[in-house]
Amino acid sequence: MSLRFDSGLPEGLAGSAHRGMSRTYHSLFVDVVTKAMVPMIQVFAFYVIFHGHYSPGGGFQGGVMLAASIMLLRLAMGQEESFRRFPPDWGMLLAAGGTLLFAVLGVLPMVFGGNFLDYEYIPFLGAEAATRRYWGILLAEVFIGFLVWGALVAIYDALSGGGE
Amino acid sequence: MSQIPALIPGTLLFTAFAALFAGLIRVSWGYALTVLGIGTSFVISLMGVSAVLQEGELRYHLGGWQPPLGIEWVLDPLSAFMVTLITGIGFTVIVYAPRSIRFETPGKEGFFYPSIALLLAGLAGVSLTGDVFNLYIFIEIAALAAYALLAVGDRRAPVAVFRYLIFGAVGGGFYLLGVGFLYYSAGTLNMADLAERIPELYQSRSVIAAAVLMVTGLGLKMALFPMHLWLPDVYNFAPSVSAGLIAPIMTKVSAYAIVRLFLDVFHPSFFVETLPITTLVGWLAVGGILVGSILAIAQSDFRRMLAYSSVGQISYVALGIGLANPIGLIGGLLHIVNHALMKGCLFLIGGNVRLRTGLVEIPRFAGLGRAMPWTMVAFTVAALAMVGIPPTAGFFSKYYLLLGSVDAGNWIFFAVIIVSSLLSAIYFFRVLEMVYREAPESAEGEGGGSDGGGAHPGGEAPASMLVPVLALAVAILLVGIFNVVIVDRLLEPAVAPLAE
Repeated sequence: MSLRFDSGLPEGLAGSAHRGMSRTYHSLFVDVVTKAMVPMIQVFAFYVIFHGHYSPGGGFQGGVMLAASIMLLRLAMGQEESFRRFPPDWGMLLAAGGTLLFAVLGVLPMVFGGNFLDYEYIPFLGAEAATRRYWGILLAEVFIGFLVWGALVAIYDALSGGGE
Repeated sequence: MSQIPALIPGTLLFTAFAALFAGLIRVSWGYALTVLGIGTSFVISLMGVSAVLQEGELRYHLGGWQPPLGIEWVLDPLSAFMVTLITGIGFTVIVYAPRSIRFETPGKEGFFYPSIALLLAGLAGVSLTGDVFNLYIFIEIAALAAYALLAVGDRRAPVAVFRYLIFGAVGGGFYLLGVGFLYYSAGTLNMADLAERIPELYQSRSVIAAAVLMVTGLGLKMALFPMHLWLPDVYNFAPSVSAGLIAPIMTKVSAYAIVRLFLDVFHPSFFVETLPITTLVGWLAVGGILVGSILAIAQSDFRRMLAYSSVGQISYVALGIGLANPIGLIGGLLHIVNHALMKGCLFLIGGNVRLRTGLVEIPRFAGLGRAMPWTMVAFTVAALAMVGIPPTAGFFSKYYLLLGSVDAGNWIFFAVIIVSSLLSAIYFFRVLEMVYREAPESAEGEGGGSDGGGAHPGGEAPASMLVPVLALAVAILLVGIFNVVIVDRLLEPAVAPLAE
């Protein structure tokens, strides 16, 4: 075979474990399909997140799909390669960052005299009350998406011992 | 003023995640932020108590959505009482924490402090929420933080906590299933709304199933006998700080949730007459009190003894629910604060001893009274309170429970309370006697001390750990002396639905 692969396949498709625990098998099909699938999963996940406030879906569902794409990378490429693309620390950072931003978004209306999470009171999100709610919910979905994404990857890494 | 119900859990939640980032930069920044956040929430809780006393209950609608659809948070006397207790214990423990954590679980500080704030946020949310599904969310937030805090202990801690996780998840699942049944039959999740609609549905089988499932689920989480099996191992192997934080308030909050269901969601008559839940809870409590106290006597590990004693003590709260008369329930609720102070104090004392001497076995405590005089003064106060000697706080909750038993004409409950006080006297005086004995000369102890049997080189605990312990001991005395204020102003209005 004369195809070139950037992950160094020459030792064959038979599945040698010479990279240690990080990669226990090699498969041409898995590599190619993974590389094709991951971006598509992620694009669709972002679609689900950004349309969550007026159609089925939202931050939770989109975040789970984003996490699934990272887990696919982890499973198919092994730790070395996938940690280069998505370092294990990012999981916790995304989770905490997403939650923190969500908390800020929740507290902002209180600063301007509304109740917790009452986006109507955030003045810079738009002119009309409905517009402000619209943007508020969208932002909340995005932050929730990030936090679910990060938390699930962090849990996966912790269970697979990858974060060590 | 009107923002108080949201500010308490909001501040804690914000603190948890801000402290995580600050802790990544420098651990001490994360710690400072956590102390600040928890301290602020404690102050806000105190303001909440005064607001409730002056203006009556505060109802808060999240996002401005009106109750039947939106989520409601309610600050009434009972929830104000609970959040003040939670944030107060939290603040004491966070002041105590750094030395002990550095000693017992080095390298984990960065995640420890945010988890403490997250736990408190969850518990405060459970206390404040006026929505049965929202309560489930917060109880799970608190539980997840608790699993993390408890699992970093000894080598055996992860296994014990994994068992707790399974029990906790099953308990949460039961509760959620009950909420589902309730929503199916009543069409609402808001507590006040449910209270209006449920009376028509008392004979409905799904409402009965909902009540049974919800109480069982919360019973699992509160370690109600015989569902307490997860508890001793978990508290035994946990770091002192986690045990000192979680033992006082975690199981109590589940008990509080049962009280909420009993008083405010289902009408009291439903739990007493239609479905004899309170009777059942009362008799289970009797079992828990006796089993917990007797097993505590059998333990030689200080922490394990405290863990079994927790099983007995949480059963006092359950006994208060089981009596189902105002004075008995006041006793149960007052025991929530009393036991939180006592058990928090005792677990932290265990941490002090462990820091200075590395000891956890009671038979080797001899001579500690001389080596750590102030810690042991606090221990004496807490032990007397556990036995129930006036004027410590422990006396008064038992007194109310006794009055409640007399009111209910239930002499078995009366006898059980007396007997269990004697049992706690046995296991605490055993420790007191050991502590104030002369330290044995080097080779006198059993097997010869490998890690410094009789000699306690450490001396008294550092001030950052001693002051919180003494503060809790003083609080035990103060709550005992001024318990009438708490009972009159906060607890009596709370149990008003029972008096009808």
